[in-house]
Amino acid sequence: MRLTQGTFSFLPDFTDDEIRAQIEYALGRGWACSIEHTDDPHPRNVYWDMWGTPMFGLKDAAGVMTELAACRKAHPNDYVKVNAFDSTRGVESMCLSFIVHRPADEPGFELRRDEGAGRNVRYGTRAYSAQQAPGRRYR
Amino acid sequence: MNGDAPVPATAAPAAVDLQSILRDADVGSVLEQLDRDLVGLAPVKASLRRIAAYLVVTRARRQLGLEAQPPSLHMCFTGNPGTGKTTVALRMAQILHRLGYVRKGHLVAVTRDDLVGQYIGHTAPKTKDVLKRAMGGVLFIDEAYYLYRPENERDYGQEAIEILLQVMENQRDDLVVILAGYKDRMDTFFRSNPGMSSRIAHHIDFPDYTPDELLEIAQQMAGQSNYRFDAPALAALREYIALRVTQPHFANARSIRNALDRVRLRQANRVFDDALAGSGSADADALVRISESDIRASRVFAGGNAA
Repeated sequence: MRLTQGTFSFLPDFTDDEIRAQIEYALGRGWACSIEHTDDPHPRNVYWDMWGTPMFGLKDAAGVMTELAACRKAHPNDYVKVNAFDSTRGVESMCLSFIVHRPADEPGFELRRDEGAGRNVRYGTRAYSAQQAPGRRYR
Repeated sequence: MNGDAPVPATAAPAAVDLQSILRDADVGSVLEQLDRDLVGLAPVKASLRRIAAYLVVTRARRQLGLEAQPPSLHMCFTGNPGTGKTTVALRMAQILHRLGYVRKGHLVAVTRDDLVGQYIGHTAPKTKDVLKRAMGGVLFIDEAYYLYRPENERDYGQEAIEILLQVMENQRDDLVVILAGYKDRMDTFFRSNPGMSSRIAHHIDFPDYTPDELLEIAQQMAGQSNYRFDAPALAALREYIALRVTQPHFANARSIRNALDRVRLRQANRVFDDALAGSGSADADALVRISESDIRASRVFAGGNAA
């Protein structure tokens, strides 16, 4: 099941040139880009691992693309996303976040039904890939 | 196209319009501006012109498919302090940008402190951060010879050099590196880092200014901030420069700028004192004019050292 999270996630995967163009757009707006990766694709997992620190003061997308290539090489089976952060006072939040790399095989999510008091059903989801210990998923 | 001939067999655009490249890039105006704004530096201007010509021709060759590799553009500026290395680097970034060799054309000026860390593991992220910021533009490393400290075997400078070399080689189209420093110390630096030396294509030497050129620079600087030397002041300034050049810590145009700043202080002081003494109102000419006494008051004439 293809993971759809963040901006552009219903579009076909971006090529490197398209990723570069998006980063150029973000830098043009004065946003700082950062790269994050994870092996737990649950939509409520907001804490992805940082790949290096956010890159402030960049003028050109080449710097981000270099880091992205390094991150992909180190974590070929993780999800990788690029974030763009607007540090303007009063805004100070993420303005753009899109997935740029995904594992070759995405098993998808399990729908869990837990029966509670009074036959109440609580639904939940869990990524099949997250059923293994961290670091051993997507092998 | 069957690919065995270097020139496309179709020969459709067998000629490239050099004029249009020059016009589009507007390199001529940058070079002209350089000629106008910078006093002296004839060999530097000649080298710059040569490099610009090389870049234009390379671009034409690429349009015809004669050149596949991006040219190596890393440079080394050597010369004494205050000879205009940073200024020329800024112009170089402009030229490279107009000709499309760097995408953004900004200049990131750094020294050893910005590249080399203070403890193990600090250097690589620091250097990479600077490199990332410089991508799409020009990285200007002032006093680059400080990166290499032969007396300390475990100095982190070597690590910075290695990262630098890797990026200079692999990401040539992403950034251009300009190293700057004193001539003799840069020569030592290149001798001990042959890898660096072989990756730098263009060496430009910045000569010291002659006293006449320094005088012209002083007048230009004064003119830019709406000051004017009267005739005796100009004569005094000529004497001042002749004395200052022989003194230690002489930094060419920078020394002149510092001297000019002090002259302006003295001029303001004089106008102020005159006003207190009740010599009436100061007209525009009094505010603009620098007189002989403003310059003669310098410590240089008393045999002392100007800072």
